[in-house]
Amino acid sequence: MADLKLDQIRKSYGAVDVLHGVDLDVKDGEFVVFVGPSGCGKSTLLRIIAGLEDITGGDLMIDGDIVNTKSPRDRGIAMVFQSYALYPHMSVYKNMAFGLKLAKTNKAELDERVRNAAKILQLDALLDRRPAELSGGQRQRVAIGRAIVRQPKVFLFDEPLSNLDAALRVQTRIEIAKLHQKLKSTIIYVTHDQIEAMTLADKIVVLNAGNVEQVGSPMELYHHPKTRFVAGFIGSPAMNFTRVTITAVEPGRVTVQTPGGKSAVLPFEVTTDHIGTEVELGIRPEHMGLDRAGELGVDGEVEVVEKLGDSVYLYVRLANGDRVTLRAPGHCRIKIGEAVSARADAAAAHLFDRNGQAFAKLDCPEEYSAME
Amino acid sequence: MTAASSTGQGNGVRLGVVLLATPLLLWLLVLVILPHVDLLLVSLRERIAFRQYEFSFANYIAFFVEPLYWNTYVRTAVMSIMATVLTLIIGFPVSYYIAKIMRGRGKNVLFMMCLIPFWVSELVRTFGWMILLRESGVISSFLQWAGLVDGPVEMLYNDVTIMVGLVYTSMLFMVVPLVSVLDSLDDSLIEAGYDLGGNAFTVTRDIVIPHAMPGIASGCIVVFMLTLGNYLTPNLLGGKDSLWFTEQIYTQFITRFNWESGSAFGFLLLVLSSLIVWIGLKLSRQTLADTVR
Ligand SMILES: Nc1ncnc2c1ncn2[C@@H]1O[C@H](COP(=O)(O)OP(=O)(O)O)[C@@H](O)[C@H]1O
Ligand SMILES: [Mg+2]
Repeated sequence: MADLKLDQIRKSYGAVDVLHGVDLDVKDGEFVVFVGPSGCGKSTLLRIIAGLEDITGGDLMIDGDIVNTKSPRDRGIAMVFQSYALYPHMSVYKNMAFGLKLAKTNKAELDERVRNAAKILQLDALLDRRPAELSGGQRQRVAIGRAIVRQPKVFLFDEPLSNLDAALRVQTRIEIAKLHQKLKSTIIYVTHDQIEAMTLADKIVVLNAGNVEQVGSPMELYHHPKTRFVAGFIGSPAMNFTRVTITAVEPGRVTVQTPGGKSAVLPFEVTTDHIGTEVELGIRPEHMGLDRAGELGVDGEVEVVEKLGDSVYLYVRLANGDRVTLRAPGHCRIKIGEAVSARADAAAAHLFDRNGQAFAKLDCPEEYSAME
Repeated sequence: MTAASSTGQGNGVRLGVVLLATPLLLWLLVLVILPHVDLLLVSLRERIAFRQYEFSFANYIAFFVEPLYWNTYVRTAVMSIMATVLTLIIGFPVSYYIAKIMRGRGKNVLFMMCLIPFWVSELVRTFGWMILLRESGVISSFLQWAGLVDGPVEMLYNDVTIMVGLVYTSMLFMVVPLVSVLDSLDDSLIEAGYDLGGNAFTVTRDIVIPHAMPGIASGCIVVFMLTLGNYLTPNLLGGKDSLWFTEQIYTQFITRFNWESGSAFGFLLLVLSSLIVWIGLKLSRQTLADTVR
């Protein structure tokens, strides 16, 4: 069990900077998820923590000790690789025992730990098989088992579900969550899938192009994204954005002109120098409705209808060319080409300046700010 | 699949296989099996008068009673094994470097550098070594010029030089299978080894070598066979004292016109190489099928 601290961690490959100074605190027993689009540096950051990549700058601390130059074996960390990295010439048992054998653990304890982990992961019956004789899900469990037997301070997972089919992915996700409750160990988990991040994490770290965009609990990121990137990345279907112009500013209130030409007053703290500028307004599809009341309204034409059974997604084109997604109940009969108008509460809005930074929102009813 | 279709298709497939395999089978029969059968037959006869032969083990008996013959035989085997092991010891790190550490262009350049010496014929290459190493050669002259030695030094015609020549000649045949087998080793397997608490030694021993075993075996087999059957390198670099078994075979056939004895020697060499390869495969727990995968 361990605390982990990253202080201005930087990484370059030759002239290419991949990480630009990452700060992060991970508390003992926390489930932390690194999420971000492909190529943003998640794996690199994880591999730096594991000790598989050199650090270009900054410090990495485990339990207060700087471990920058310590070899992986001295960090007390176990990684589960995306490709599982099981040894094809060893049985499941030997794969799981390999780390303990290297640590010269005595036979009896080694056997007990391997069999214990095998029981937790329901691998008891497969111990004599070779990895080639296992299904994808079973291999995944062996890879996790190989990490568990070492009783590491920190578990690292690099996109562990990406090689599984959709049904197995959900099932394994639940198993990993249960495992965390059982072991109560620190876990750092990398994924590009925001749903995995939302469902598993105590704390999500959103990475974008080598920078930390925001760190927070899932609900914090959902309700209070600090940047437009986080707002667009977290939540499914993604948040709707449209450009609006600021026409007037009062303390705690801002008046904007929406695409339809109507004015709306929103509860944001905006400085007067923004008057006359264009900013970006964001509203989540689930906070907009055809039969809702609210201060904000948009009108448009339905381009695509997606029926999911319990609900219907409407892809709507606004007068100014922006596209928004609406969620309607499953019985909705709206057809392609129909004109619709949707409304939302002013409190549901998010407002971002030109640089993608969120304006501070005041007055937030429970519906739009519920935190755990 | 139903019985009817499987037999019908089976026949068609079988005929196709036979037709495709015919050239290969012919080649094996005419160029490999027939000469060896003939070799065996010739080796088992003794000339008693002009064009008169009878069955006898005399040629084999002669081999065992003449110490020069079987000494050369054993020496050739031991030197070949040593050359193979040396080639492996040098070739493995080189291959690992090419396959796992170099990236992009550097990798291809390095691989090509292993290949370049083989663009010239073995004869020319070996003469190159002689120019460097002989008494009046480049290295000897340089040492004298630098004042490190008083007189000319002869570096040819000793076992070390033969060994260097053999290893050099064989290197490519070790590096190619090793690079290809190491290339197929997923980097994450190596990383997982370190992550699980391994160091360079344990990761190499427990992960890299087991994975590379088929490549090691096939490289060793090829290098061993080539070395054992090498004629040019030991003769040119070792001179009269090289005592290489192929030289004995050559002498019997060409100098002494003793085809019976030459055939017996040839057959003994075949037995030797098969035996040692078989023992090697048993010791490394590989099968011949693994090595050609
Ligand atoms: N060994 C390497 N050499 C050069 N660039 C690399 C190397 N590894 C990763 N990168 C680059 O670093 C960036 C981040 O990679 P990575 O951490 O794997 O992204 P992610 O896991 O978020 O998809 C990518 O742009 C990638 O091209
Ligand atoms: Mg990755």
